[in-house]
Amino acid sequence: MAASRRCNVSSENLTVNDVKTPKIDINGKVDLIIQSKKHANDVFDVLEYLQSEKEKNVVCAIDGCTKLFSTLLERGELYVGQLPKEELLIGGDRSADEKYCMFMRHRYNGCLELLLEHISHESYQIKESALCALMQFASMEGKFPLQDLDWSEHYSFPRELIQAVVERLLSQEEDMALLISRFQEYLDMEDVRYYVMSSVRENVGRVMDKTKGVSPNNVFTLLSNINMPSQESELTNYLVKQEGQPAEHKRTFERLWLGFLKYKLPSSMYKKVLVILHDSILPHISNPTVMIDFLTAAYDVGGAISLLALNGLFVLIHQHNLDYPDFYKKLYSLLEPSVFHVKYRARFFHLANLFLSSTHLPVYLVAAFAKRLSRLALTAPPAVLLMVLPFICNLIRRHPACRVLIHRPSGADACDDPYLMEEEDPSQCHALESSLWEIQTLQKHYHPDVATAAMAINKPLSQQEDAISELLELSTYELMERDLKHKQSKTVPLEFDPATQLLQGSGGVGVLGLNFSLE
Amino acid sequence: MGKPPKKKNLADKVRKTKTSTEIKNNPFEVKINRKKFDILGRKSKHDVGLPGVSRSKAINKRKETLLKEYKTKDKANKFIDKRFGEYDTKMDPEEKILQRFSMERQRTQDKKDMYNLNEEEELTHYGQSLSEMEKLNDMVDSDDDADEKGVLSAELTASHFGGGGLLRRKTQGEKDNGGNQRAKSRQELIEELILKSKQEKRERQNQKEESQVLTEKLDQDWKSIQGLLAHKNAPKADRLEEEDKPKLDEYDMMVRELGFEMKAQPSEKMKTPEEVAREERERLQKLEADRLRRMMGDVVEDCTKTQAHMSADDLNDGFILDGDEKPTLAYQVRDQAGSALSGKGPGRLCLVGEGTKLDGKWNINEEGAKIEGDDEEEGGEGESGEEESGGEEGSGEDSHSDLDSEQESEGGEEEVEEEEKDEEEKDEVPATKSQLSEEERKAQAEAAKTELPYTFKAPESYSDLKGLLQGHPADHQCIILARTQKCNHPSLAVGNKLKLQKLFGFLLEYVGELASRSPPELSTIDKIIPQLYGLCQLFPEAASKAMQTTLVDSAHRMEEVLEVKGRAAFPQLDMLIYLKITALLFPTSDFRHPVTTPALLYISQALTKCPVMSLEDVTSGLVLCCLAVEYISFSKRFCPELINFLLGVLHLAVQDKTSTGYSVVPPFRQNGKVSDLLVLSDPESSQTWSKKTLPLSATQTLTLTTDLDTDHYRLSAVATCMDLLKHCSSLYRELTSYSHIFQPITTLLSKHLPIKTYPAALQDLHGEILATISGSLTSRPLLVFQKKKPIPLKLFTPKIVEVLDYGKKRGNTKEEREKERLNHKYKKEFKGALREIRKDTRFLAREKLNEVMGRDAERKRKVKELFGSLATQEGEWKALKRRKNSRH
Repeated sequence: MAASRRCNVSSENLTVNDVKTPKIDINGKVDLIIQSKKHANDVFDVLEYLQSEKEKNVVCAIDGCTKLFSTLLERGELYVGQLPKEELLIGGDRSADEKYCMFMRHRYNGCLELLLEHISHESYQIKESALCALMQFASMEGKFPLQDLDWSEHYSFPRELIQAVVERLLSQEEDMALLISRFQEYLDMEDVRYYVMSSVRENVGRVMDKTKGVSPNNVFTLLSNINMPSQESELTNYLVKQEGQPAEHKRTFERLWLGFLKYKLPSSMYKKVLVILHDSILPHISNPTVMIDFLTAAYDVGGAISLLALNGLFVLIHQHNLDYPDFYKKLYSLLEPSVFHVKYRARFFHLANLFLSSTHLPVYLVAAFAKRLSRLALTAPPAVLLMVLPFICNLIRRHPACRVLIHRPSGADACDDPYLMEEEDPSQCHALESSLWEIQTLQKHYHPDVATAAMAINKPLSQQEDAISELLELSTYELMERDLKHKQSKTVPLEFDPATQLLQGSGGVGVLGLNFSLE
Repeated sequence: MGKPPKKKNLADKVRKTKTSTEIKNNPFEVKINRKKFDILGRKSKHDVGLPGVSRSKAINKRKETLLKEYKTKDKANKFIDKRFGEYDTKMDPEEKILQRFSMERQRTQDKKDMYNLNEEEELTHYGQSLSEMEKLNDMVDSDDDADEKGVLSAELTASHFGGGGLLRRKTQGEKDNGGNQRAKSRQELIEELILKSKQEKRERQNQKEESQVLTEKLDQDWKSIQGLLAHKNAPKADRLEEEDKPKLDEYDMMVRELGFEMKAQPSEKMKTPEEVAREERERLQKLEADRLRRMMGDVVEDCTKTQAHMSADDLNDGFILDGDEKPTLAYQVRDQAGSALSGKGPGRLCLVGEGTKLDGKWNINEEGAKIEGDDEEEGGEGESGEEESGGEEGSGEDSHSDLDSEQESEGGEEEVEEEEKDEEEKDEVPATKSQLSEEERKAQAEAAKTELPYTFKAPESYSDLKGLLQGHPADHQCIILARTQKCNHPSLAVGNKLKLQKLFGFLLEYVGELASRSPPELSTIDKIIPQLYGLCQLFPEAASKAMQTTLVDSAHRMEEVLEVKGRAAFPQLDMLIYLKITALLFPTSDFRHPVTTPALLYISQALTKCPVMSLEDVTSGLVLCCLAVEYISFSKRFCPELINFLLGVLHLAVQDKTSTGYSVVPPFRQNGKVSDLLVLSDPESSQTWSKKTLPLSATQTLTLTTDLDTDHYRLSAVATCMDLLKHCSSLYRELTSYSHIFQPITTLLSKHLPIKTYPAALQDLHGEILATISGSLTSRPLLVFQKKKPIPLKLFTPKIVEVLDYGKKRGNTKEEREKERLNHKYKKEFKGALREIRKDTRFLAREKLNEVMGRDAERKRKVKELFGSLATQEGEWKALKRRKNSRH
């Protein structure tokens, strides 16, 4: 029959065209189809290429299809409205034009399906092209709707198409991070974003319930790429020209996140959400207080998650008048040896600095913080010490009553440290009765800058606070570079003991030689 | 006289007669200066003025000075009466005369008394001093040696000196009598006298010539005899004068030789072992003091530390004065040989040579040569040693032959060699020369043919160096490096310094490659260390730069990995070796050092950021810990990462990780899949364990086949860790937070570590550490600020303003103020002076006017007088006439 004939033709064509490069072949065919309806059957060949094994061919075919169907859409040569089944098409009593439109519409649908499949292709090249083609179609469909227009609605948006794309993007099998970042370009458009949000919201439940694989990742990546505009007036960028409804957008955004956060997230995802929470989510939520439960729960988890939740909490406390009981006590309990080593220490100390900058804090609390920090400083790397030491000094500067920590002339007799490290309550830890011997210890630190910074407690502190903002992110390597930039004296001191062998002791005992052998 | 002066005089008189109190109380005399404010406690000089008094004072003063000056104006001469007491009215005329007389006597006496100690009075004869006359005679008598000996006639004396009294009187008498005749005879006498003296002079000359001829003849006679004597024992000094031209060359040479020997000797002076030891000790003490100062972090920039091996004059620029070296080359070489023979050890060598430029530079090479072993030196011997050996022990005479042999050896060498090479050999050769016998030498000559070449070009790139060293055993590589270094010594050519600086970098790279081979060729590295040290001593800047680059590159790589992954792998063995080499080349105890501080940071970065995943990682970490301990052991600085890591490693050996009283610090985890790395699989295996050192290669690949081996390895790692802890616990004893630093470790050691299952040695170590830690004192004084100068209390004294001569305070700086003050003073003085001058002129004008008026009055008076007299005359004449007339 017709189908078989078409197959034969296409296979013949393929064999014939093997000599030609597929690209020229595809382009030629697309041109022919566009020029006249006679060549309508060549569309099968093009679609064939779409399923080709070769990456290059597929990409060319996608380009060809985009061109072809865009033109057809523009010309209105695709059937509009409810599409009858293809089998019925032959028998139906319709005009040739109508039949052609229906035929082409079927091919178009087939093409869309293929493209949607390609979004899950292994090759990123194909994925990307497919995505672009789909979005192109979406935009064309927006302009030249394929549905019978219901004139009560002012615009039509290819909702189904977007939904299908989103569904594919939220694949449960593979990580779509790269593709999603490509997709972000389209998310900048208001309507796309809106419809993506609503379709994601519908999908979240399905995806989150079912799997534990990569899917939350995809959801998160997609969500984190949704950048709400900071001002409503900016709603100008549309895929399909239409009016905007900012309030509606905001509400969808809020519901979307709440829906997402409702589910139990793995801790890495938790951290990621918390990282972006304060500046890309909270400001766009109409009622940020709905996040309180989420944040307090996160704050109670402990460890790095608590550190991160601090940021969101800060926004709530600061801007939304949240009253958090025992906030400082919790903050105090967050100070653990690992706090100096985690990735988020800059953020944590930035916030801690903010929280402790209030001059209305009780003295015992500040003293407890200072003492605990200095105790922990005994395990910190030099880059952190350079930040923590000025931090402690600043605390004492802000609260002059804490000066007894570094200067207690009355009780000059020696004593054991009354501070209780294990006590969780800052009011019970006797920090005020102690002294910062740890900082005195650090005066013997091997790094000259740390030793110098620790020397500051020998003298009454100056009034001016030390700026710690640029020290927050200091890494060991930067410290090393700073050392090297340090103006060096002309001569480099040398070891005067002549070296005769590798494991010879230097500067004291040859510890290496005692424990290791040259093997 | 006019009226006004009279009036004034009267007023003055009145004023003088009045007492000062009277004047002061007289309201007409007093002028009161009104004060604006009463200032308490200020005494004002000028509140009351006495204008009359001061005016009369001023006038009097002018009279005394200005008027007198005016009076004596245009008068060049003046009489000054200096007679004693002439104007003294109080003195009696009698007394005056007496006094004058005594003064006269004194004046005449004083002049002579200085030299005339015994005689009070001077004796005279005819007004001439007797003593003077005596002196004159004496002079004539004592004039024995003079030409006029014995020819001094009475006349002559008389005519010349005025002679003795009698003679003189006679001639005087003659003169008085003779008049003109005498004058003539006197002229003749003088001519006669001159003739006589001339004749005598000629005679004497003749006599002298004769005697000289005789002496010369005698001298020559002596010389002929002396010639015979001279060959036996004539001292050189005598010959010195008689040396003839043909002999001069030989002699000159000898003199120069002697000169050179004398010059060489002071620097060449052999030091006694005590001296050497003392100097060595002093040098070390100085270096140690330097090190301590740097450790304390005192910033002293000016310490231009010259290496002890270098001469003080050496600029390390490879420049040596040509004039210095070329003509004395042979001697220098010999000198060096001498020193080399005298000092056996390398350290000693360098001390002996410290004084001289060449030695100071070369001693490093010598040290190198020592270490290289015998065969190289012997090889050198085989080629050029034979001829030279004769010259070495010879005395001064043999120096020529030494020079000759020098040339011969150069000519005789088979290979065409550059000059540098010669020198290089020479400083090695003597060291072993005396120890070698004939046959040994021959054998080595044989061996030398198959030996390595002696000159090497400095490698231009790393591949060059690799090509140079590849395929040679470690010893040979050392020799090659040493020779390359010597052939390209900076003193030999201009570009050599740069070449050798590059060589250090290449060598470092080579070391890295050796370390990263599998298996690592650590023994070769071990051999190369002295070379590296030598190069580093030569070029500290270049060496530190190269080391820094290596460290920073590696740290940068690690940082990049960290940024991407959040964790990094432990540094490879080559980095560990680099770190160790850094510790060998540079002082680790400095407060801040351009190389060791970054190196320590690198260690810290590795210890905090690299998670321990395997036993290899444990080994790497322990090596790093060892290095950290070495870096800080001298200065006893605190390194938190070290303690953290050791705690973490011990934590790996703890079996039950659920409830611990301590918390480990990242990169370690409280529990995880690799946190049981050091837990023994079978406790029994500890019985067969014996302490042995871990191989460095285990940081890369560890091949442990059986469980027993693995357990043994684990135990060794734990032992190393505990050993390090022991070091730390004693190092940090001084720190105030000692107990808090070691608190987690104490908990772990005492409660959690399965010490029961460990062998006895480990248990001992364990007990030792715990004892050390618990032995420390836990209480310490509360912190107080350092004592500082107390700030003085605020005092409520008024602000003290500098009182200035002028009203307003002008000028900011001291100089400006001073200038302003002087200006003001000058103006004031100028005005005052002007006023005074005006007063002076006024005074003078008045005086002149007075004078003129006085003169006029005088004239008037005189005219009047004249008129009066004339009138009287006329009157008298008229009266007379009238009387005559009346008479008639």
